[in-house]
Formats: sequence, C-alpha cells, structure tokens
Amino acid sequence: MAKIVQKKKLVPNIYLLEVEAPEVAKKARPGQFVILMPDEFGERIPLTIADWDIKRGTVTSVFMVVGTSTAKLAGVRPGDELPVYVGPLGRPSEIDYFGTVLCAGGCFGLGAIFPLARAYKQAGNRVVTFLDVRARYLLYWEEKLRAVSDEVHIISRDDQNLPQEYISWRLKNLLEQGRQVDRVHVVGCTYLMSSCAEATRPYKIKTIVSLNPIMLDGTGMCGACRVSVGEATRFACVDGPDFDGHLVDWNELYARRKAYLEEETHSLCHWQARVYEEEAI
Amino acid sequence: MAEKDELSAEVKERLKTEYQKPWRQELRRTLSVKERSKIPRQKMPERPAEERIKDFGEVNLGLETEAAQMEAKRCLDCANPACVKGCPVSIDIPSFVKLIEIGEFVLAARKIKETNSLPAICGRVCPQEIQCEALCNLKKATGVPVAIGNLERFVADFERKNGEIFIPSIPAPSGKKVAVIGAGPAGLTVAGELAKKGHQVTVFEALHLAGGVLVYGIPEFRLPKSILKAEVDYLKRLGVEIKLNFVVGKTATLEDLRAEGYEAFFIGTGAGLPNFMKIPGENLIGIYSANEYLTRVNLMRAYDFPRYDTPVLKGERVAVIGGGNVAMDSVRTAKRLGAKRAMIIYRRSRHEMPAREEEIKHAEEEGIEFHFLTVPVRYIGDEHGRVKAMECQRMELGEPDASGRRRPIPVPGSEFTVEVDLVVVAIGQSPNPLIPQTTAGLKVGKWGNIEVDWSTMATNIEGVYAGGDIVRGGATVILAMGDGRLAAASIDEYLKRK
Ligand SMILES: Cc1cc2nc3c(=O)[nH]c(=O)nc-3n(C[C@H](O)[C@H](O)[C@H](O)COP(=O)(O)OP(=O)(O)OC[C@H]3O[C@@H](n4cnc5c(N)ncnc54)[C@H](O)[C@@H]3O)c2cc1C
Ligand SMILES: Cc1cc2nc3c(=O)[nH]c(=O)nc-3n(C[C@H](O)[C@H](O)[C@H](O)COP(=O)(O)OP(=O)(O)OC[C@H]3O[C@@H](n4cnc5c(N)ncnc54)[C@H](O)[C@@H]3O)c2cc1C
Ligand code: SF4
Ligand code: SF4
Ligand code: FES
Repeated sequence: MAKIVQKKKLVPNIYLLEVEAPEVAKKARPGQFVILMPDEFGERIPLTIADWDIKRGTVTSVFMVVGTSTAKLAGVRPGDELPVYVGPLGRPSEIDYFGTVLCAGGCFGLGAIFPLARAYKQAGNRVVTFLDVRARYLLYWEEKLRAVSDEVHIISRDDQNLPQEYISWRLKNLLEQGRQVDRVHVVGCTYLMSSCAEATRPYKIKTIVSLNPIMLDGTGMCGACRVSVGEATRFACVDGPDFDGHLVDWNELYARRKAYLEEETHSLCHWQARVYEEEAI
Repeated sequence: MAEKDELSAEVKERLKTEYQKPWRQELRRTLSVKERSKIPRQKMPERPAEERIKDFGEVNLGLETEAAQMEAKRCLDCANPACVKGCPVSIDIPSFVKLIEIGEFVLAARKIKETNSLPAICGRVCPQEIQCEALCNLKKATGVPVAIGNLERFVADFERKNGEIFIPSIPAPSGKKVAVIGAGPAGLTVAGELAKKGHQVTVFEALHLAGGVLVYGIPEFRLPKSILKAEVDYLKRLGVEIKLNFVVGKTATLEDLRAEGYEAFFIGTGAGLPNFMKIPGENLIGIYSANEYLTRVNLMRAYDFPRYDTPVLKGERVAVIGGGNVAMDSVRTAKRLGAKRAMIIYRRSRHEMPAREEEIKHAEEEGIEFHFLTVPVRYIGDEHGRVKAMECQRMELGEPDASGRRRPIPVPGSEFTVEVDLVVVAIGQSPNPLIPQTTAGLKVGKWGNIEVDWSTMATNIEGVYAGGDIVRGGATVILAMGDGRLAAASIDEYLKRK
C-alpha cells in the first residue's frame, strides 16, 4: 500500500501524482518508472518517475488521462492508498557528458523529461529542451525545466508567433542549419518519439527513446513488453525502457500498443457507467 | 526419476520406529494383504467436463471421508515402504495413511507437515505418478498404486476446513534477521521453517500477491487461491513478515538489505523468464508467452473482465505450443474463456509429454485437440499486425537425447498452415536474471541458474542460499520445497555458528 500525498491537475487532462514511497525514492534514477494499480480491480500500469524527494520519501509522476486506469487515478485523493506501487523499474538512462544534449518531451513527457534534463545538466552538458504542446494552455513545468536547461523551445501548434509545426520538424530545421547536437533524448507518445528518431537518422545523432509498450509485471517475467530493436527482441521493462530510436521497429510498436483497443473502450464505458450509477444513488 | 538410491539413515530410523508402534502392528492385523489389495482404488470425484469448462471452479472435488478411509485401507503398510523413496521430501507416507485409516485426520496432517509444509498444494499438483505412487509396492503387486496424492490432499483440506491448523510453539527470538527473496513455494518453505526456529524472517516479493507460480501461473481450476491464502496466513501467524511490491535488485539490492541488518539470505526467485522460439512473426498481436496469458487470467483476473480492468484476448482458435503442465493449464484456460478450438501443438508424441497424467486426462475430457509431432515454424499476421495463421511442420522421432526422450527431427516438405487467432507459447522458462545481475560475484551456471552446494544449498557468497527453479530451471513445487527445507536447516546452522 502506498499513500497518496498529492494529486493535482496541471493542465486539462494531465495530472501530477505524488506518492509516499521512501524505498522507491531512495533508489530512483532518471529514466526509471514505477508500476501501480489504481485500485483492487485495476490494471498494473507503468508511469515514469518525473521527480523524487528522498527527504520527504515521495515519488512524483505526471500522467495523462487516456483510459480506465488513468481516469481512476485522476479521481484519487490525498490520503488514499494505492494497492500496488512498485519500483524503481527499468534500467536508468545512461547519463554522461556528451556535449549538447537535446531533450524533447510531449504531453506527459514534459514531466518525464525533467529528471533527464536535470541529470544531463549536472553531468556538464549543454541542455537544449524542446517542449511539444498542442496548445499553449497545455504547457506545465516550464519554470522547472528552464531551471535545468540552457535553452528551452516551446513548440505549440496554436501560437500565432511560432511556426505551426511538430517538434520533429523543428528538430530537422535545427540540424539543417548545422547546429551541433551530440545526443537526443525523447519522451512522449510513440509518434513524437518515432518522428524525432526519423529527423536525426540522416545525421546519425544518437537518439534515445523511452519506449512505452504495454506492460504487465514490469520484472521481465511475462514478455508483454517485447519490442524489436535491431535484430533482437527485447523486454522493455528490464532491457529498457531506453533504446536507440534508430533501431526500433516502430510499426510493430504502434500495432502492439493497439492490441486491446476494443477491450479498453469497453472497460472505460463499463467503469464510467458504474461511476454514474453510484453518483445517481 | 525422483527415486533416491537409498533413504538416509535418519529417515529409515524414523520410519522403523513408527512402523513398530503397537497401534500400527494391531492395525496391520485387521485386514490381510490379500484383502487390502482387492479393494479398488477410490475414484477422485470430479465435476463433469461439460460443466467445468464453463467456469474456473476446481475440477477435482476431493475424496469423501469414507472413500479416503477405504483408500487408506489399500495401503499395505509395508516394512520397506518404497513409496517414501519416490517422495522428494521423504514424507512418512505409511504413517499418515494409517492415521487416516483409523480416522485421526488431524494427526495425519501433522505427520505430513513434519516434512512438507504445503500438503494441500502438493496433494494437488505433485506429479505423483512418477514420484511416490510410481514406487508404491501395491503398484508392483496390482498395477494400481495407493492414491497417496489424493489422501494427502484429503487430510490437508480436512485440517483447513475444520479450523484445526496447528500453530507450533515458537522458541524465544534469536534476534537474527533473515531475508527471503521470492514468495514462491521455495521461499515460503524457508520462511516457515526459519520462523519456527525463532528467527525474524521477511519475505520480499515483486508481485502484489504471495505464492509465485502458484498464484500467477497455476489456474484456479487446479489450485484454488483460497488454499494458497490459508498457507500464507499460516506463515503470517508464525510471525513471518511479507513485503509485497518489492523487487530485490531494484527496490533494494541484496547488499542494501545486508546493510539493513539481514544476516542470511535465501534466493527463491524462480524461473520467471519466458522462452520464445525466435521464429518469424512471434511478436504479432495475439501471441502470448504462457506466463503473460496465465498472469492476466489468474493474478489479474482477466476472466472477470470488465469487473477487473485487465483484458485478455479471447481466441476462437487457440494454439498452445508445448506439452508440459504450463501448456495444459494454458489450453484449458483458453477453453474456459470460450475457444471453439483449443489445440496443443507438441513436437514429440503423447508418450513424451511431461505434463501430469491427470492434467492430460482432464484436457482430453474437456475436448482439447492434441497435435503431436508438430512444431510451428512461422506466424502469419493480418494488416493490423494480429496473428491469423501459423505454418507448422511435422516431426518424426529419432534417437533418444540427453533427457532420454527421443529427439524430434523435422520432416522436410511437411509444412502446412493452421488458422489461429491466439497462440500461447509454453516451451519453458529460464531463471530470472535480476538477482544475478545485481549481486556482484554471485556464481551462475551456463543457463543463468544460480550455482549451489547441493548438500547445503549455499551459493558462493557467504550467508546467501538459493533453491527452487532459480537453481534447477523449471522443476516442480515439491522439489522447490525440498530445497527450501534443506536451505532453512543450513541457514539455521549458519546463524548459530555466527
Ligand atoms: C515505461 C513506461 C512509462 C510510462 N510513463 C508514463 C507517464 O509518465 N505518464 C503517462 O501518462 N503515461 C505513461 N505511460 C503510458 C501509460 O502507462 C498508459 O497511458 C496507461 O497504461 C494507460 O492505461 P489506461 O487504463 O488509462 O488506458 P487504456 O485505455 O487501458 O489504454 C490506453 C493506451 O495506453 C496503452 N496502455 C494500456 N495499458 C497499458 C499498460 N498496462 N502498460 C503500458 N501501456 C498501456 C495502450 O497503448 C493503450 O492503447 C508509460 C508507459 C510505459 C511503458
Ligand atoms: C503454469 C505452471 C504450471 C505448473 N504446474 C505444476 C504442477 O502441476 N506440479 C508441479 O510440481 N509443478 C508445476 N509447475 C512448476 C512449479 O510451479 C515450479 O517449479 C515452482 O513454483 C518453483 O518454485 P520457486 O519457489 O522456485 O519459484 P516461483 O514459484 O517461480 O516463485 C518465485 C517468486 O519470486 C518472485 N521474484 C522473482 N524475482 C524477484 C525479485 N527480484 N525480488 C522479489 N521477488 C522476486 C516472483 O515474483 C515469484 O513470486 C508449474 C509451473 C507453471 C508456470
Ligand atoms: S509430497 Fe508429492 S511426492 Fe511426496 S508424498 Fe506427497 S504427493 Fe507424493
Ligand atoms: S509402498 Fe504403497 S502400499 Fe507400501 S506403504 Fe507405501 S503407499 Fe503403502
Ligand atoms: S512487462 Fe512483463 S516482461 Fe516486461
């Protein structure tokens, strides 16, 4: 059981979740994740560790509501307990001095990229941070990210003063202009990660992506999270979640993430119907 | 098979003392060997196949009291009970069976528990036909052994249902802390044994329920979760602390735990790494490892979706690759989830199938199709990346291999295609690598299994012991428990020495 310390809406549909988990906080490294279950009936879902505080003994994640588990999670209150909260899982990201590191994040990835930017910065890199939002009002943690970056670029598709573009196009522009970038690290939806990897491919810039296949146990026991990287099949929960974006079989990942579309819709309807029934009583 | 060359002197002595007790002598005289051998083996009552495939309720219903006592009468109470040699933990089988005959069921349960702390489980899942029952003298005489497993289950169930679970008195605390890693049968056994010796035991378990394969792998229809829960509650009453949601190697390493004051360790992390065949198309949607499939259904209760949130794909034409218990559990699960065709695809013949005889029989009754001497060579997907067919190849049996089973050889040109929409790969597991990877200097073998001194279960690191599937590769519940008992005895000695 892990007690919820804080839950707050950051922007529409995106929430911050701070959980009391001193053992996880003590061991957490950038790039790792936790697996939690919102309630006894819930699914085990992975969330990236977006921050942690050893003194308070807490771990923070940022999540986007997309289905039943995340909708349930959006409804928790401080003091509630999560029946499962386990971590830190996955291999920590490789943090070292590379020169200029470009950190790119979208949706929940604005939060998830934070500990990476901070660690790259601490390792002496010049950190350029790209934040991808559909609209300005969906931007959060900007100050936090500015504090650990040398440059922050906000790429928003509603901003009159900025070109209408995806992060990957901006990345491409930057590289075409001859900007020196030594490493790229992307966290966000599959589209964001695959398009950034395509943008850097011609320049052979090492591009690390934090993959998000469907997981179950998170300890290497089930193989649900298998992804094809290069010639090999890897288990993202124990061999990753970081992989070389130029070697990932993106089509397979896209497909596998959609394995349960029908069931997910059914589950959400079922749960919402229950919530409305309970509210009606 | 499991036959030990000879029983240890200590076991022999124990058996002899019991054998010579006056009540046993008297009981032997009440019926002649001839009369005993004439009693037919009592049938295990089971639910009819057409009923049981509609739910996940237990298939075997357990012997009634009268039938159990009748079955116990069949046992000849041999002066030289060969059955004991077949049991990996040397249960005093004649003693407990004779206690059943005289109606002392609780004493019978305690007798078993002297050497086996999980009889309700072993009675259900041990491959008796190649262990204790294989060597039973009555089998040699009549071809039909005493139903030792069914009797073991009977007394354990009796004890549990009648609330007579015996809590032994526990000696004064030794002040020593022991960390048990993994709450499977190996780890739970170690925990129970060491708690009874007065040590402070904490079990660290990665998942959110204790039991290992017993909770995430073996289905409800074979081993109801309530039985496991009773066993785990028993351990808690012995003072064992169980820390769930704790992955050793991640949440804390073994060395971290040492720094926290744990003085001895038992690693029982099992064979949790699923093997795949590495053939084309294996990552298509609808191809599961048996671990994933069974975990979704058992641990996460996907059979009760959408009440429980975790989904599982339900196939109409399901192929399960493999011929062991894991394959049988998977294919019978698929049947219960509504598969029209539930098929076993096995590369050898029925004779070589490693599954328990009873599971094969139950599967046959339930309408499972068996395709022997067949292997998949490639999976074919649709435009959404979902499996829709598999290409198979026929095999023929050649010379016996290292395991003594005849080696399957592909027949060229025998390829054919089978339509499937769900595949479960149940071709075995490898040892879980997490602890070896995060414990500097721990010695592992070629297959990633932890190496131990078999006389003590000690690893090459001081104070660190291991047992069960992490040492043996995929084995059995009773072997895991046997390792646990031996390791617990060694740990106790180690702590006393320290
Ligand atoms: C290593 C890792 C880190 C992640 N970090 C974050 C994070 O920090 N913030 C965040 O908002 N999201 C994160 N995700 C994604 C998050 O786990 C899914 O959004 C969540 O599981 C959706 O569950 P749901 O029940 O709300 O939605 P559902 O309706 O069940 O699913 C919506 C979509 O989410 C994906 N998904 C479903 N179940 C799982 C599962 N068990 N594991 C992984 N993905 C699943 C599927 O692609 C699915 O189509 C991460 C995923 C991974 C693998
Ligand atoms: C589907 C199936 C059916 C089977 N049927 C039978 C049968 O009928 N009869 C029979 O005798 N045998 C059967 N077996 C085999 C038997 O279950 C195993 O041999 C036995 O469970 C091994 O016990 P164990 O304690 O070594 O490991 P496991 O039961 O595998 O337990 C290991 C535990 O350790 C935990 N763990 C792993 N890594 C860590 C970590 N780093 N930190 C904390 N915890 C960790 C795991 O989550 C797990 O709970 C079957 C196996 C399967 C999969
Ligand atoms: S533990 Fe298994 S092998 Fe031993 S007597 Fe019981 S059923 Fe037979
Ligand atoms: S060998 Fe068979 S008949 Fe003899 S004691 Fe054992 S169970 Fe009874
Ligand atoms: S989630 Fe099960 S192996 Fe990765």
